[in-house]
Amino acid sequence: MAEITEVPSPFCGIGTDDLTIQVDGVLLKVVKNGCAVNTPAFEQAITDIRPRVDGKEVGLDVAVTKAAALLKDTNLPVIGGCATDVNGMRALLALADRSGAVVDNMNFTGARNNFLALQDSGWMNTTLAEVKNRCDLLLVVGVDLEGFSPRFFERYLWNEESMFLEDTGKREVIYLGKAPSGNASTSPSGQKALVFECANEDLPDVVAVLRAQVKGNPIRVDSVGGIAVADLQAIADKLLAARYSVVTWAADALAYSQAELTVQTISEMVKDINNQNTRSSGLPLGGKEGDQTANQVCGWTTGYPARTRFSSGYPEYDPFLNDTNLLLANGEADALVWVQAFNAKAAPPVTSLPTIVLGRSGMTFAKEPDVFIPIGTPGIDHAGHAYRMDNVIAIRLKKLRESGLPSTFDVLNAIEQAL
Amino acid sequence: MLIKLTGGAVYDPASGIDGAKQDIYIQDGRIVDKPAGDFKVDKEYDLTGKVVMSGAIDMHTHIGGGKGNIARILLPEDHRADPVARTDITRSGCGHAMPSTFVTGYRYAEMGYTAGFEPAVLPVNARQAHMEMADIPILDKGGYVLMGSDDYLLRMLTAKKDQKAINDYVAWTMQAAKAIGVKVVNPGGISAFKFNQRKLDLDEQNSHYGVTPRDILRVLATAVKELGITHPLHVHGCNLGVPGNMNTTLDTIQGIGGLPMHLTHIQFHSYGTEGDFKFSSGAAEIAEAVNKNKNITIDVGQILFGQTVTASGDNMRQHANHKHASPNKWVTMDIECDAGCGVVPFKYKDKNFVNALQWAIGLETFLLVDDPWRIFLTTDHPNGAPFTSYPHLIRLLMDRSFRNEVLSTIHPEAQKMTTLASIEREYSLQEIAIMTRAGAARLIGLQDRGGLSAGNWADITVYTDNVDRQLMFEKPDYVFKDGELVVVDGKVVHTKWGTTHVVKPDWDASVEKDLQKYFDRFLTMKLGNFKISDDEITEDGRGSLTVHPLKGDVA
Repeated sequence: MAEITEVPSPFCGIGTDDLTIQVDGVLLKVVKNGCAVNTPAFEQAITDIRPRVDGKEVGLDVAVTKAAALLKDTNLPVIGGCATDVNGMRALLALADRSGAVVDNMNFTGARNNFLALQDSGWMNTTLAEVKNRCDLLLVVGVDLEGFSPRFFERYLWNEESMFLEDTGKREVIYLGKAPSGNASTSPSGQKALVFECANEDLPDVVAVLRAQVKGNPIRVDSVGGIAVADLQAIADKLLAARYSVVTWAADALAYSQAELTVQTISEMVKDINNQNTRSSGLPLGGKEGDQTANQVCGWTTGYPARTRFSSGYPEYDPFLNDTNLLLANGEADALVWVQAFNAKAAPPVTSLPTIVLGRSGMTFAKEPDVFIPIGTPGIDHAGHAYRMDNVIAIRLKKLRESGLPSTFDVLNAIEQAL
Repeated sequence: MLIKLTGGAVYDPASGIDGAKQDIYIQDGRIVDKPAGDFKVDKEYDLTGKVVMSGAIDMHTHIGGGKGNIARILLPEDHRADPVARTDITRSGCGHAMPSTFVTGYRYAEMGYTAGFEPAVLPVNARQAHMEMADIPILDKGGYVLMGSDDYLLRMLTAKKDQKAINDYVAWTMQAAKAIGVKVVNPGGISAFKFNQRKLDLDEQNSHYGVTPRDILRVLATAVKELGITHPLHVHGCNLGVPGNMNTTLDTIQGIGGLPMHLTHIQFHSYGTEGDFKFSSGAAEIAEAVNKNKNITIDVGQILFGQTVTASGDNMRQHANHKHASPNKWVTMDIECDAGCGVVPFKYKDKNFVNALQWAIGLETFLLVDDPWRIFLTTDHPNGAPFTSYPHLIRLLMDRSFRNEVLSTIHPEAQKMTTLASIEREYSLQEIAIMTRAGAARLIGLQDRGGLSAGNWADITVYTDNVDRQLMFEKPDYVFKDGELVVVDGKVVHTKWGTTHVVKPDWDASVEKDLQKYFDRFLTMKLGNFKISDDEITEDGRGSLTVHPLKGDVA
């Protein structure tokens, strides 16, 4: 039995890399610094080892040959999921380029709220070490932050020491929209976060009023979305008084139509604060199960984020039309490749099309795919790289055990070679 | 396999050969002497009437790292205008301002370039820089690690740590980030912006650390020299783009006290405040200072007219410049108490007074600096213009009548504010070869690159001589990379993977004790997870590391 320390996690998005994991053969046990997200993700047992074709166990070479045969004469295969490491995405994009496929990360519809805002007006953002050392006011918009990431507060807000704050316990936390599900946002000295709840669909109005107040524009109503305008004014005043406020949101938690406008309003508000003689930064949450990784690698390989098609022989980005579910529903796609190396529960959408799944061992299906190849999980079964939520840092994932499961790269590369 | 390149006019400044007809032999990837006795040539290329140079080296080009990828993601409309389809041997992608990685490699090679160096590798983002560069085919690559606004260095300066301690930290950072040089961007200013300072002059203190840009430049330039790093400290100075910043630049040159220093994209730092628009050329004064101070090297950062995107570590100046964003969207980031970045799309217009004069200032600089070994041809890709505009820039330098023709079309007030029309100089082929090959290899400290004598790697570009230098440099007849023919008639015919050039200066093991504590107290990752291991570069089977000697090493 071995114990591996300083293990980085690709699961939580915030780049925790202080886990200690006990390895007993192929069994893993998180013995230090686990959390509700990471511990089960690391400890999940291996069940399938062998690939299956039409539900029957076969060797990897047989499964690869079958996958290539299914893809050979397709016009528009869709490669969905796209939940893997950097090398996995490299092979995935090479296969897509070769086969004229659509590449679509499974979290893109949420992430689209960010990309549309970014590509229309941009933003001023920050990273986790700046939060840890500088942030004196955290405004959380429309998300239960500790539900998203259980250790966020412990690691980045209530850290004992910081470079530039005398007392990290005096940081202020304000929730706008959703209330926190627990007490992680309560400071070590017992100071509770301020919470102003509203319905999701009222968030556009609420943040629009807040931005107007930051700019000093008059507001002619007393309340918006059930929140008193005076309370919002107090938030605006705090944002302008803070030395380095941070405004955070999760694109996929803004689950309503045209939520990109909410992201844009938040981001433009951050810019407005920076025009009033103080500093502020945005902090979009994400980075789970390879979503930032998919967008980064697709970005440098094609110029576009990971909702891009190669059917014309060159990459074409469309954040709406290249949606896997849409392409399956409207009959454009003629095959589905599903890549999910992190999460056995994230099974592919059910379709009657030929389906090839590269999934984490233990994935179960409503309908058995034509080909299922259990693959290794980056950071457990093989080394690799994954991007953290703040998009700057690629963490170096470690190999923890010898499972014999092939990497996404190995399998997709083999399929491409077989084409 | 023995390859013979027969009868070309060879321009090899590294050996002092200036257009002499000479045969070149290639074996096992390297240039070799003519074999003795009887020998069989496996493949011969008749280069009669052709011009032969070594592969060009771009010593400052933003080809790898987070800010470039932000620039890509920011501008889908720019990519849509320049889609690049896959072929049997090449990958698809996009071109224009910030091309995709594969297209970057193809297009550089198709212009005769065989190496490019990313000048702003943030330590915390170095993995990304190397991963992106690992996906650039054909080219060799390397990076200069960005220091000077990293909290650790600034607190060392505040604590008045001795130079030896700083040297250890610089060496450690270079190894952790796999770098071949050290860059500083707006020294201390990236950090100052996070404390809400909006400008930082050479002698102005960072409000938190009490450290000035001058202090930072001096200790880093000293560290680079004492560690034996061949590439001098690579400096993006204070006050980029600010009218009057020529004085800052002149002070920076004086203030470094004779230490080797490379001032990058100096065009953006050569502005005066004369004239009706309070914006004028400082190129003559800057060139004079460069000519006089032999410790100084520069690259120009020429701007050329058209749409591009600026991507810089200088969050402070990029935030100030966002007013000029075109299209109007922009990004800044504060990064990990280490660095920052800013991405602002720009459209340089010949009918805009400031842009037109920027264009002239760059060209004046090229033409007024005497020594081609100390000036380098860059557009600071993509900041002044995409690298694909180099052939056009070469024509501007080599062809006075063409230059004056273009000059006569720019904003009339800018024409009055430049001496360009009166400058007669035209660059020679040998001078172009110095700036883009031999000089660059010498400046970076690349062993066995940038020359055509026996022992060099066979990175070779063959052009057809043409009075239209743009046409000539746009479309080489042949490009060889490590002896393999990769380009014919300006098109990629074969791809391969280049190496990553690094240096490995020594550091005292004790430096990690303090750093370990510092990482655990303040940063968001463990020290052990921060350092990039060699196998991260090589494990994919395509990458390799080439370690170059330090000054004082015995070869």
